[in-house]
Amino acid sequence: MTALELAQQLKARFNDLIADPVEFRGEATVKIRDAERIAEVCACAKNDLGFDYLVDLSSVDNYGDDPRFTVVYELYGYGHRCHLRLKTDVSEEKYELPTVTAVWRAANWHEREIYDMMGLRFRGHPDLRRILMWEGYPYFPLRKDFPLSGKPSELPEAACTRPAPLQGGPFVTVDGGKDSTVREPRARLPEN
Amino acid sequence: MPTSAEIAYDSKIEGDVVVTRVDAALNWFRKNSLWPMPMGLACCAIELMATGASRFDISRFGAEVMRFSPRQSDVMIVAGTVTYKMALAVKRIYDQMAEPKWVIAMGACASTGGMYRSYAVLQGVDRILPVDVYVAGCPPRPEALLDALIKLQNKVAHEPFLANQRKTD
Amino acid sequence: MATVQDIEFKDPAARASAANEELRDMQGEKMVLNMGPSHPATHGVLRIVLELDGEIITKAEPDIGYLHRGDEKIAENMTYTQFIPYTDRLDYLAPLANNVAYALAVEKLHGIQQDLPPRCQYIRVMCCELARISSHLLGLGAFAMDVGALTVFLHTFTEREKIYNLIEALTGARFTTTYTRIGGVSRDLPPGWTDQCRKFLHEVVVNFDESEKLLTRNRIFVDRTRDIGVISKADAIDYGLSGPNLRGSGIDYDLRKAHPYLVYDQLKFDIPTGSVGDCYDRYLVRMEEMRQSVRILHQCLDQLPDGPVSISNGKTVLPPKEKVLTKMEELIHQFILVTQGENAPPGEIYFGAENPKGELGFYINSRGGGTPHRLKIRAPSFVNLGILSHMLPGCMMSDTVSILGSLDFVMGECDR
Repeated sequence: MTALELAQQLKARFNDLIADPVEFRGEATVKIRDAERIAEVCACAKNDLGFDYLVDLSSVDNYGDDPRFTVVYELYGYGHRCHLRLKTDVSEEKYELPTVTAVWRAANWHEREIYDMMGLRFRGHPDLRRILMWEGYPYFPLRKDFPLSGKPSELPEAACTRPAPLQGGPFVTVDGGKDSTVREPRARLPEN
Repeated sequence: MPTSAEIAYDSKIEGDVVVTRVDAALNWFRKNSLWPMPMGLACCAIELMATGASRFDISRFGAEVMRFSPRQSDVMIVAGTVTYKMALAVKRIYDQMAEPKWVIAMGACASTGGMYRSYAVLQGVDRILPVDVYVAGCPPRPEALLDALIKLQNKVAHEPFLANQRKTD
Repeated sequence: MATVQDIEFKDPAARASAANEELRDMQGEKMVLNMGPSHPATHGVLRIVLELDGEIITKAEPDIGYLHRGDEKIAENMTYTQFIPYTDRLDYLAPLANNVAYALAVEKLHGIQQDLPPRCQYIRVMCCELARISSHLLGLGAFAMDVGALTVFLHTFTEREKIYNLIEALTGARFTTTYTRIGGVSRDLPPGWTDQCRKFLHEVVVNFDESEKLLTRNRIFVDRTRDIGVISKADAIDYGLSGPNLRGSGIDYDLRKAHPYLVYDQLKFDIPTGSVGDCYDRYLVRMEEMRQSVRILHQCLDQLPDGPVSISNGKTVLPPKEKVLTKMEELIHQFILVTQGENAPPGEIYFGAENPKGELGFYINSRGGGTPHRLKIRAPSFVNLGILSHMLPGCMMSDTVSILGSLDFVMGECDR
C-alpha cells in the first residue's frame, strides 16, 4: 500500500471533487476543489482509508493569486504507515471552511492557530479564538501584507505595542526583498 | 579577613568587632545576599538554571535562593525573550517587588530584542523596566551572568541609601 | 448617642444552624485559579486557568503564546541557511536535534538527502542522540524537582555540563549550536573528541543508575506519578501525540524505525513502550530511551567512517575559504549563496524527525529562490499540550504539576 495508491482510492470515492494526485520527492499531494466538503473527505480518509493521525494543519497565503489562501492537511496512518497531503483553496471574500475537529481532536488547536495567524474561520469549531496573540489583537500576522516588524496596536492593560525600532529609516530592512543585499539594514535613499 | 576599600574596617584594631557607617553595612548585607527572582522565559532560563546548578554555583555569591515570589526577592533576572503578551505580566511582577530592587537584563533578547525583530517581541525589556545591568550573549555563558551579578554587587555597594532617604523626608 | 442593634439570634443553637446553612451555600461555588505564566512548575511561560471545586479540577484552559516570537514570518524573510539559528531556539533543550531536522527538511526539498556523505550522517546521528540525552536529563531533572526530589536535578545538571563540554568542543557554543548546514555540517570533529565522548558515555550510565535508584522505586515518587494523568491509546492517536508521550501509552511507533533517516537503519536499538499511559510510564520510557541513546552512540563511535562532512557541489554549502579567495567559480558560488541563498526548486515537502520531545516537522512551501514562501514548524509541544484541557479535569490540583512534568514540553517550541 503506497501513498499514491491510497490517494487513487480517495479519488475514486469522490471523483470530480478531487484532482489527480501529484507526487514530489516521494510524497503524494491531493487537491480538493471545493473547500466546503473538506470535512467529508477527511472523515472518509480517517474511517475508510485508515489515516488516523493528523500530523499537521497549515495555511499558505498566495498573495496576488486567486483564491488567496490554501489550507494544507498532512495525514498519516499508523496501520499502513503512509503519508498523504490534502490541499484546499479558500478565497479572500469567503475565508471560511468547515472544521475537522470532529474527525481528529488534534485539529482543535491547529485551527485556532490558523485563525489567529491567517484569519481563516472554521465553521463548527467548538472554541474559535486567538491562541498565540492576545485577545483583541486586530491583525492577522502571517498574511503577506502585514509587515514583519508589526503595526501599532493596543494591548489591554499595558502600553500599546509599537513597530520594531528603526522601521522607517534611516537604516531600514525591506521585508520580502528577493536578495540579502536588499533585505539587510542599510541607509537607503528616501523612497518615492 | 578580606578587606575592601570602601567598607573600611581594620581588623587589626577592632578584632572581631567591626566599626563602619550604617550605609556601608547595609550595602554589604544587601549585596552579599541578593535573592534573585528568576523571570526565566526562554533559552536564557536554561543558562540561569545552569548557573544555579553545581558547576557554576551562584550560591557562592549568596544568590542561590531563587524565590519565585516577587515579594521576597531583590533582583529580577529577566532571562529570555519578552513578548508583548508577556510584558504585562513582567511589569506587574516587577511592581510587586519590594524596594530596593534591581533588574538584570540577561541575554540579547531581554536587552534589545535580540535577533527577533518581529511583530510580537518587545525590543528590550528596558522599555518597561529600569535595567541596572545588561548581559550580552545568546545565551550568555554562566560566567557572564556571574560577572553581571558581581557588577550589580559593586553597584549596590555604592548606593548612598540612607542619604537618599533623608532627602525624600 | 450610639445606636443600639439587636443581636439576631439569641441562643447559640440557632446561631450555629444559621452558620451551617451559609457554609452549605458556599460549598457549591467553584474557584478559578490562575497558574502562571510565571510559575516555578510550568516549564516556561504557560498559563493555565483552572476551575477548582475544592481540590478537584473541573475545567482547565491552557493559555499559550507568551513566547510567540514570530519565527514563521521571520523565515519568509531569511535564506534557508540564515534561518538555522532560529531553529536552535525552538526546542532549546536539544538544539542540535532541531538543527538536524531542519537541515534534513531543506535537503529533502532540494532532493539531496541521499547524497549526504556517510561521515556527515554519522556525525548528525551522534548529535541527535547527545541532544536526546541532554533533553531527557533536563526533563527528568525538572520533573523530579517539581515533584519534590531536588537532588536529582543537581545530578542531571552535572551530566549536562559534560554534554555541554562535548558540544562546545564540537561547535563552539554550549547550546544554541547552529551546527548543521544545508548539505552537511559546518565543521568536522576536533581531534580527541571521540575519546572524550566515550569517557562521557561511561560516566553517564553511572549517573542514570543513581537517578534510577533515587526515583524509580521511591515510594513518594511512585505515589505521585502512578495512575496519574492516564492517556489511553485512542486519545493519544486522536490528539496527535508523538514521542515519549505516545510511546508511554503503549503505541510502538518511532520515526527512527518506521521511516529511517540518516543511518538509523544501520544501527541496532530498541524502542521502549509503556503499558498504562500514566506519568510513571512516561518517566520510565524516557529513562530507557536515554540508555538506548547511549547504545546508539557507542555504535556510531565504533562505525564512524572517514571522509568529507559536506556535499561539495557549490550549490548549497559554502566552498572552502582557500578556494574562494583564489578561484573565480568558488567566489561566484560564495557570493550567490550568501546574497540570494540556496536556490530551491518550487514545490512543497513535509519532513518529520524524531526529536526528544516528539515529532518535529517542517512543512516548506517553496516557489523557487533562496527564501521559502511558507515555512510551517510542526512543533511537538504545541500538539502535546492540546490534550491538557481533556486530561486535567478530574485530577487534583497537585497532580497538575506531575502531569506537566511528565508531558515534558518546551514553550519555545510550542509558541515558536
